Formats: sequence, C-alpha cells, structure tokens
Amino acid sequence: MTVVDTPTSERDPVNPFKSTERGGKVDPIFRWVLRSSGVLVLAILALMVLRTTWAAWPVFASEGLDFFTGTLWSVGPSRSEVTGTYGAWPFIYGTLVSSALAIIIALPLAICTALYLTQLAPPRIARPGSYLVEMLASVPSIIFGLWGLLWFLPNVLRPVMNFLEDTLGQSFPPFSILFEGPVFGVSYFAAGVVLAIMILPIITAICREVFMLAPEGEKQAAYGLGATRWEVIRKVVLARSVPGVVGGTMLGLGRALGETVAVAMLIGASQRVGTSLLFPGDSMAAVIFNTFADGAPEAIWALFAIGVTLFFITMIVNILARLLVWRIGRITGDATV
Amino acid sequence: MTTTVTRTRRRARWAAPLLAVGLIAAACGGDDAGNGNGDDENGSSTPTVGGETQDLSGTLLGAGATFPTPLFLEWLGAYQEIEPEVDINYQSVGSGGGIEQFLSETVDFGSTERYLTDEEVEEAEEIRGCASIHIPVVFGSVTVAYNLPQIEGEELVLDAETTAAIFARDITNWNDPAIAALNPDLDLPDVDMIPVHRSDGSGTTYIFTRYLSDEVESWDDEYGFGSEINWAAGTVGGAGNEGVTAGVQQNPGGIGYVSFAYAVENDIPVASQINADGNAVAPTVETVAAAPAAIVDELPEDLRFDILNVGADAFPIVGTNWVLAWECGYDENTEELLKAFWTWAVTEGAPIAEDLVYAPLTGPVIDLALEQIDKINSQN
Repeated sequence: MTVVDTPTSERDPVNPFKSTERGGKVDPIFRWVLRSSGVLVLAILALMVLRTTWAAWPVFASEGLDFFTGTLWSVGPSRSEVTGTYGAWPFIYGTLVSSALAIIIALPLAICTALYLTQLAPPRIARPGSYLVEMLASVPSIIFGLWGLLWFLPNVLRPVMNFLEDTLGQSFPPFSILFEGPVFGVSYFAAGVVLAIMILPIITAICREVFMLAPEGEKQAAYGLGATRWEVIRKVVLARSVPGVVGGTMLGLGRALGETVAVAMLIGASQRVGTSLLFPGDSMAAVIFNTFADGAPEAIWALFAIGVTLFFITMIVNILARLLVWRIGRITGDATV
Repeated sequence: MTTTVTRTRRRARWAAPLLAVGLIAAACGGDDAGNGNGDDENGSSTPTVGGETQDLSGTLLGAGATFPTPLFLEWLGAYQEIEPEVDINYQSVGSGGGIEQFLSETVDFGSTERYLTDEEVEEAEEIRGCASIHIPVVFGSVTVAYNLPQIEGEELVLDAETTAAIFARDITNWNDPAIAALNPDLDLPDVDMIPVHRSDGSGTTYIFTRYLSDEVESWDDEYGFGSEINWAAGTVGGAGNEGVTAGVQQNPGGIGYVSFAYAVENDIPVASQINADGNAVAPTVETVAAAPAAIVDELPEDLRFDILNVGADAFPIVGTNWVLAWECGYDENTEELLKAFWTWAVTEGAPIAEDLVYAPLTGPVIDLALEQIDKINSQN
C-alpha cells in the first residue's frame, strides 16, 4: 500500500507515532526548552547558594565554628567590618525544637486522619473530608500566625500550657525540665503546636495517597484469614506504607524548618536557649524576618549566614529522608512512593 | 475628640499598604532620585519665584522609619491639598532600610530614628562628595505599658534603675520592694512580671535602650543600646507595637515598651517615669515636646543628638525622627520640593502631629530645623 507513503500526509494512519517532517523540526526545540528549564532551576539554586554564602562570608570568617555553637547574638552597627558577636545556636536550637515538636504532634494525628479517611469513613464523608484537609494547606501562614497569636494562644494554648506546667512541670525529669514554668504564652511550645497544624495537611494528604495504594489482595487475604480490621490496618496497610509515611513526614519537616511568619509571631523572639518548651526562643527563619529591615550591613551579613545554615540543615534533612526511604524500601521490599 | 483622632489614624493605617503599592510602581517607573546634575527632565515645571505659595510640581521619593509613617501619610495628604501637583512617596521600610537607601542614593530623602554613625557620615561624604544633613522633623516617646488589673486606674511610677532591672530580669515580681518604694500608695500584688520587648529591629528599641544605657551603668555594660539588642533570658519578643501590646495584654503581669502614640490609640495604661530632676512625669504631647526643648542649647551643630537627662516637667524617654538629605546633588526642582515640603511640615504641620499624639518641634528647635533645611543643596 503506497498511499500511506505520500509525503503530504501529516499523519500515518497505520502508525500515528511515526516521525513527521514537522515533528522532526520541533523535536530539537522541544529538547532544548526542557533542557534549559532543568539547567535554569539548578542555576538559580547554585546562584542563591553562592550569593548568600558570599554575602555571609565575613561573618563565617570572623566567627568560625563559633557561629554554629555560640549562644551570644549581639549585632554591631558597622558598615565595613564585623564588630558584633554572632552565635546562632539559639536560633538553630529553636528551629530544631519547634519543628521536632510539630512532627511529634502532627505525625500521629495525620496517620489517624488518613487511616480514617481511607479505611473507615464512608465515601460521603471521606471525599469532603479529604478536600477539607487539603484546604487547610492553602491557608496563608500569616493567617495562622495572627489567629495563633490573637485567638488560639490565649484561649486554647495558654490553659493547656498552664495545665502542663502544673502537672508535668511539677513531676520528675525530663518532664519537670521540659515543662518548667513560668508560662509566658509565646514559646517553643506555642510555635510547635501551630506549626503542627500547618504541616498536618501535607502529611495527611501523602499518608492518604499511600494508604490507598495498600494492595487490596493482601487486605482481602488478611480478612480471609480472620484478621480484624485493626490487624489488617496494622499488619497490611501500615506495614506496607512506612516508606511513604516517612517521605511525607520529611516533606512536613521541610516546611516546618523553613516556616517564617507564623513562627516569628509565636516563638517569642528571645535570643536565648531555654530548656523548657514553655520558654520563649527564636528560630532561624524568624530572626531573619524580624531583624532584616532594620539591620546595619554587618547584621545583614550575619542574617545571610543564618540563611545559609538553614539551607544546609534543610538539605541534610532531605538527604536523610531519601536515605531512610530508600533503606526502608529495601527492607520491606516494597516500592510504595 | 478622641474618636476623631482614632478615625484619622485608622484611615492612615489603611492607606499605608495602598501607598506602598503606589510607591513600588513609582520606583519601577523611573528613577527620579538620582543625582540630577544633568538636564531637568521635568521641563513643564512652573518657574519658581521664591516665597511660600508657589505652584510646585514633581515627585519626591523617601524611605525609612516606620514609626512616623502614620504622621507622614497625613502630612502628605494635607500637603497634596495645598500643592496638588506635588507627588511625594514614602516607603516605610524601617530606619536601617532608610539609611541604606539614602546612602545608596535610591531616594531623595531618608528617615530614621537613629542618627548616622561617624562611619556612615564619612561614607556619605565619599558617596556624594558633600555632607549629609540631619533634619529633626518630629519627636516621639517610648512608654512602658503594663497589664496589672489589680492597680487599674492608678498611676504607676517607674525610674530608670527599676525599668532596667525589670528588663534585665533582676526584678521578676510586681511586689518587689524597688517598685513599692516608688509607689508607696499602690497595693502591689504578688504577680510574676513578664517583660515584653520588640522582636524586630526598631527605632523604638533604640530610643528605649539608649535611655536605659545612659541612666543605668549596669545596663550599659551588659546590654548596651541599639535597634536590636541581646535581651535577657526570660523576656518575650513581640513583632511591632502590635506584637508587644498583644504580649502585654495577654499576660497578667506583662510589661513592655511601646510608642506612646500607639499606647494612646489603644488605650493601654502606661507608667510615669522619673526624670533627671526626680519628678514623676506622665507622658503627654506637652511633656514629650518639653524634652527636646529642654536641651536645645546643648545640641551639636550637625543635630545628631540623643535626648537624655532631661529634667523639669519633661518626659525622659524621647527620641527624634530625622529626615536625611544631602548638601549637594539635587536638581533645582527636587531642591525646591524638599525645602518647601519639609519647611511646611515642621511649621504648619504641627497641629496634625499633635492630633496623632506625636510631639512636634517647638520654638528654637524649629529654627534649628529650618537652618538644616536651608542647607539642602547649598554646596551644589
């Protein structure tokens, strides 16, 4: 059949994917667009890292490792040299503590919510429920901050914190240290709880996806062997989903580490390390946000240095997450997510 | 009376973001701010013949402190009615940002609550080849607000020593003998104090800590002064006057420093402070304005000064807002506009400032400011 070979025909009716003249021209352009997009993203990332590190260099050079371990943050007024003392440990500590707290609170809640939505809830609840959870993710963080500071903190968190201080705070270590009074209101705890609410939808959404992927055959088999619903969830759904849940948690952690406005409003902006969760502290993103506008040039270099540090901490968290997911994936022999 | 004040302020606050948007557009549209030694693009500007009521036209761009923003907005609005062709944009980016933009010559004037350091003055001289000018345009005070329902409606008196001890966490309870000694008539309860400070770098913090550093040696040694300092453990930060107020009002026993105008607007109780003569003075527009007037004879020629150690009936924690300008490098039209607007602001603008609870310049301070304004572009 020679009809199909006419050069004027754009599309081959037998093999629609056969290369056409136009396709042959577009292909290189298409490849070029994709490649440059990929390169552009990497270039922007590299530029950001280089530029911030370059801007932060005077502070790194003058403080050395003390920048990461020092606890005194005292800014100088200079425009040309480093005259202040810059120890960023209180901020690093605050970021880690508030994020850890957020994960500790959000993870169990997210798993339970996702289990309910995928395994228990009837469809007429499950679908709107999932939408609602995802809607929570689209609330801007400034709203979380304002709501947290002006309503949630005085009306909900403060009674909770007073209670924790009265009970656990009066008990024995480590609780007596973690919940030592007085209750200030804004604190690591307040920031952590609001962060937990903010990352809850991310972790829930991913857990939900992962749980839905649990192999139906295995579930049915387990039921067939007489397993209860709880046993099926524990031994099939959860066991199969560990890598995915870890991945989702790390995404949430990534957001918690970098969250700025809400944390800045709730963590207390005290440049001190407090062992009690009820003490006010400060986080890396928050201190940059708070003091950038009014800083002298040397203070701004120091804030850039915090930015670089935050970037590397986030990167380390991401790498650890990858390794963890990969490792668990090999153990359980599962390819989920 | 109070309601009108509140209403104007509220309007001003709403206007701020709108103005900022306009500003960005203006800033992107074209850089009118550069040193316009070259040709004057604005050929249509009406020739000026001296005197006060000429028809000016053109654009001014300024940036700096957030503290006077509500006042500047009102001033700009009122001035627009007098000179409809004059378009003045003010970016409220903070004192540090104002100094930075001034020194990088992206604005016609800067605004700041801390005067330029010697290093900055020298750098400014190198940048433009002529001196920078500090023009005081308004004064504001920082007051100690507190939340102690037990003494509601009564006057609380504090002195510098006690205030410093509270913020250094040496005094942690309201029934401390040091506070009781200053307030013999008050029945102070056994309540923990929770000091609240600004978490953002701020001129308010500068004014407050400058006062404490000057009055209390141990404060100066340990904490010093600046737009942000390393606060004692056990104090809480709040972002902006709003954040500090929230911190104070949500914590029974809370105590924090806020700009006086903000405290009045929100009806927060503030402490009277003991000044250099040992008088307990409550902050009012008059007692705040009295502070700079009291030291007018001691002011340095370049008007880079702190208002410290004032006595008589002056409130002691007072700071200045300066407008920064250059002695050279403006084109003629910009020079005219700068001189005309700031002359108007420090003289005719006083009632507007008082309405908003800022302390305007008074008597001899006005003359000093006008002298500074006259120096604008004088070395061109």
